[in-house]
Parts: sequence; C-alpha cells; structure tokens
Amino acid sequence: MKTVNLKVKRYDPETKESRYEDFSVEVEDNEAVLDALIRIREYQDETLAVRCSCRSAICGSCAMRVNGGAKLACVTKVDDVANEDGEITVEPMGNMEPVKDLVTDMSGFWSKVRKVQPFLRAHQPPPDREYIASQDAMGDLAHTMNCIMCGACVSDCASLEVDENFIGPAALAKAYRFVGDPRETQESRDDRLKELSKYSGIWDCTHCYACVEVCPKDVAPMERIVDLRRTAQESGFTDNNGTRHSDSFAKSVSESGWLDELKIGYQSFGLDDAPMQLRMAPTAVRALLKGKLPPVVHHKRPGHEHVKRIFQEMEKE
Amino acid sequence: MRYAYYPGCVAQGGAPELFNAMKLVGERLGFTLEHLKEAACTGAGVLQERDPELADTLNARTFAMAEQRGLPLMTICSTCQGVMSQANHRLKADADYRTFINKYLEPEGLSYNGTTDVKHFMWILVEDYGLDRLKEHVTKPLTGLALAPFYGCYVVRPTEQLGYDEHPERGTYLEQLISVIGGTPVDFSGKTKCCGFPLLTMNVDNSLRMAGTHLLDAKGQGADAMVTPCPLCHLNLDGQQPGAAKVMKTQINLPVIHLPQILGLAMNIEPHRLGLNKHIISTNAVAAKVPA
Repeated sequence: MKTVNLKVKRYDPETKESRYEDFSVEVEDNEAVLDALIRIREYQDETLAVRCSCRSAICGSCAMRVNGGAKLACVTKVDDVANEDGEITVEPMGNMEPVKDLVTDMSGFWSKVRKVQPFLRAHQPPPDREYIASQDAMGDLAHTMNCIMCGACVSDCASLEVDENFIGPAALAKAYRFVGDPRETQESRDDRLKELSKYSGIWDCTHCYACVEVCPKDVAPMERIVDLRRTAQESGFTDNNGTRHSDSFAKSVSESGWLDELKIGYQSFGLDDAPMQLRMAPTAVRALLKGKLPPVVHHKRPGHEHVKRIFQEMEKE
Repeated sequence: MRYAYYPGCVAQGGAPELFNAMKLVGERLGFTLEHLKEAACTGAGVLQERDPELADTLNARTFAMAEQRGLPLMTICSTCQGVMSQANHRLKADADYRTFINKYLEPEGLSYNGTTDVKHFMWILVEDYGLDRLKEHVTKPLTGLALAPFYGCYVVRPTEQLGYDEHPERGTYLEQLISVIGGTPVDFSGKTKCCGFPLLTMNVDNSLRMAGTHLLDAKGQGADAMVTPCPLCHLNLDGQQPGAAKVMKTQINLPVIHLPQILGLAMNIEPHRLGLNKHIISTNAVAAKVPA
C-alpha cells in the first residue's frame, strides 16, 4: 500500500461553483485512478460524483482529465500518473458542462453523433442472402468500430474549445464508419460528404493530434477526419477553402520544390471572396513594411525537376 | 556538431529572421550546418492528406540526402520535425515500404536505408549539446524576463512517433532552455495546444481565437514574451496577432520570439542582428528588459 494525493476538481450544481479538493488515499500497487476515486467515495466523502460502470475500458463511462489530459480512469494506473510527490490532478472532461464533480453533461456529444446519422443506409432492396463486404473494406473500418463513445477526444479537442458548433472528432469518426462502409449507397455517401464538407464539418479540424493522443481505443479520430477529407475531394466536393488550400500547396511544391506562401494565402480563400481577401490584406502589408513579405516571384529550389518527376510518376499510378 | 540542415519553407520565406538567427547562434555554439538546398517541402501534413505515399517519398528523399552525407538531420521547425518524425517512423519500420519508395528516388541517384535521425534544434541542445555546455555561452543572462514556452503541436503529438517513450522529458525542454539562459519559464494551459495556424485559411475566426486565447493566457500569467521553436506558430502568434486582438476584442501586445533569437539575446548578440526588429509585434520591451 502507498498513499497518493488526489487533487479533485469538484463542481456544486446548486452554487454553480467549482473548487479543488485534496484527498489523501491509500492504494495498492497497480490500482487505477478510478479505484482511488471509488475508495474516496466509499470511505471519505460519499457525495463525490463519479460516473463509472464496467471498470474494464469497455463502457466508456469514466473518461475524465488526469493531469490535464483526457483518460479512462479505470485503466489509468496510479503509478503511471502520480508525480514524485504522489500527487495526481483529476478534473471533469473539457468542452462539456459539469453536472456534478467529475460527471459531465454529454447531451451535446450525443446530439452531434446523432447529427451524422450513425446508421447504415444500405442498398435497397436487400440482397436475397447477406450483403457481401470485402475483408479489406471492413478492415479499414475496424478502427472506428472500436469507439466506445467515451468523449475523451471531444474533451481535448482544440477546435471545440473555440467553437462549440464544430461537429467534433467523435461524430466525424463515426461518420467515416458509414462513409467507408461498402454496403452504403453512393447516393447516401455523397449526401453525407456534402454535409460534412460544409462549415463546422471536416475542414474545421485544426489537425493538432490531441484526439489521436487521448483516444483510449486507437480510433485516431483525426486520421478518420483526414480520410473523410480525402474521400470528399475524390467525390467532387471541392468548392471549399480546404481543397483550394490543398490544391495550391501541391501545385506549388510540385512546380518549385517548396511552398509559395504568398500564393497559398490568397488562393485558399478563392479570388472571388473579396471580403476575406480584404480582411487578410493588412497582414500582407504589415509583413511588407517589415521587409519579410514572401517573395512575389517565387523561385524554384535546386533539384525541383526531381520533385516534379516524383509528383508526376506517383500521381500517374 | 555537424548536421545536415533542413530549415524548412517558412524560415526561408515568411520568417527569414529565424534563418538568420539560427545561423548566428549556430556559429557561436560551434555547429556546422550543411544546408540541404535541394530538399523539398515536408508536405506540412497537407500533402500527407492528399497522398501519404507521395509525401513520404519527398521526405525519404531528404533523409537519403542526409544519409549520403553520413549526418543526422537538424530541423528548426516543429511542423517539419513532426511530419518528418512520422514519415521516418514509417520508413524505418518497414524495409518493403522503403524499397517501394526508393524506386522513385533512383533516377536522382538516391536511396534511403532508414539510418537517418531527424532532430529539432531544441532536442539537440538538450540531448546532444548539453545544457551545461550551452550555459558557458550565456554571457548576458535574461534575469527578470518571464518567458512563456509555446511548443507547437507537431513536436508534442503523437508522442510515440516523436520519440517520447525514449525521451519522456521532451515536453519540458523549452522550460529547461529558458531556465539555462536565466529567464523564468511561465506556465500556462495553452503551451502544448494548437496555435490555430492550420485553420487560418479554413476558418479565420477560430484560428485567431486559438492564437488569441493562448497569447492572453500567457500574458495573464505574467509573461513578458512567448518563445516558440515553430515558425508556423510564429506566423499566427506574431503575424496574425493584430487580427487575433480584434477577434478577442482586447489589446494583446505580447512579443513572440523564435527559440534561436532568445538564445542569441542571452549570448549578447545585438537584437537587430537577430532580426528582432522584423516582428509584427514590437520586441523592444523584451530587449530593453534584458540586463545590461
């Protein structure tokens, strides 16, 4: 047995105030943070609110922030997270309102998952026997099917921190589970991709890997968002800044070997988006005045012809 | 301390002061940097989204150039480092994949055998150069300067591909470096979060809100300036700071300094030679606060 100190962020729904409370608790070797919290609830303060069920990383109930990052408390060993003074900070998940102490309101999480229509819209009428799907096609979806809807990715999503309308990593990973399903009709797939390409969808992910890092089931939601972006572009949903940015980037590197920062700036917004071009113009003027505007004439790097050849050969295949 | 040097697009484009500061500081520290002028852009995560194999080929080409010279590769950009670490992780782990990629490098007389190590300057200073050795070059300690470290996501996550298992303290190197040069590291919640730059052309308001939030957070914790090892973060945190202030509906005025620049100040290199006059947000207050 050893003693650890849990600094728990508590929320009182009656006063609507949060505070940190320190608990000193004895734990066995290899016990989890959830074990320590349950021991506090059973022996020190029965009012401590903690949501948990299976204690085996299956139900997804006990996601919370441990030392600042979202984790499942049931599989987070005390030994792995206690600092040299035996201290651990435990807080409710981020990007959600607390209900009480470590329990958060997940209604927003579920409404976003429902928004992507998380069910198969398969070819009709159904075949006489079963739908046939290849091993490879379903294997590609294995990641997303591992999702236990714990909310860890949503908790630590940087885009959601600044925009609650962003549909978020969990819902987008779930969307990919159906976009990538070979049993889904093309019409339904296109319908999903069209919706997801709009504002607050796939292009509003900031690509920071926070969701990949905290996901306890290796769903890697950001990678699935990247899959959705690629699929959407291949399906012709290209009238968006994300695609224009990507096209400008690729053209610049293939032709010169490196990035034309000036061009990518104005090409991404679309030349017809005058308000946005005007909004960004002062940035360019300030850089010009400081003598650091990227060169107007973008020179080619030595060896650029090999970069172009690689682009041509690989894009042909 | 000889390295194949990959400064990246931004240090040779929109943030030339970083390139120059690295040159000056590298010379002081005794680094020999062989600039790989023929190396292409890493893809910055954007080409990886379009075509992962194409992006890995461009990076394998750069790794092969360093391998041919028998040198480790040094970056000065968190984004380049992150993208290259991930590519190298895939290429080192799979000989068949390297064979496939090498087909496209052959016409140039290049081939990557998976032996190149890619390291950010920040990692090199702590792991290879040594903080004690660095301290010997500090002739003007930045006593009294409160500096907020801002890492840049790509050098923080995903931890597995970035070697955090072997070097678990990589998430504290900026603070260690700030302490060695006499500054006081400022802790704030946004230091390992996203600066918002990847969103700039997709959703300007969200991008600037991210930058503004972290800048105000650091300032609220008492920072005199922010220090970053990522020029892309610098573009958003410094270059877009006037726009971020508008979105946040408040003044910010927090200078954002490239890592080599702050080291250079502590080595008593004149601020203008480090390009501190090239920033959008004035750095005068920082230079003025450095003890004579």
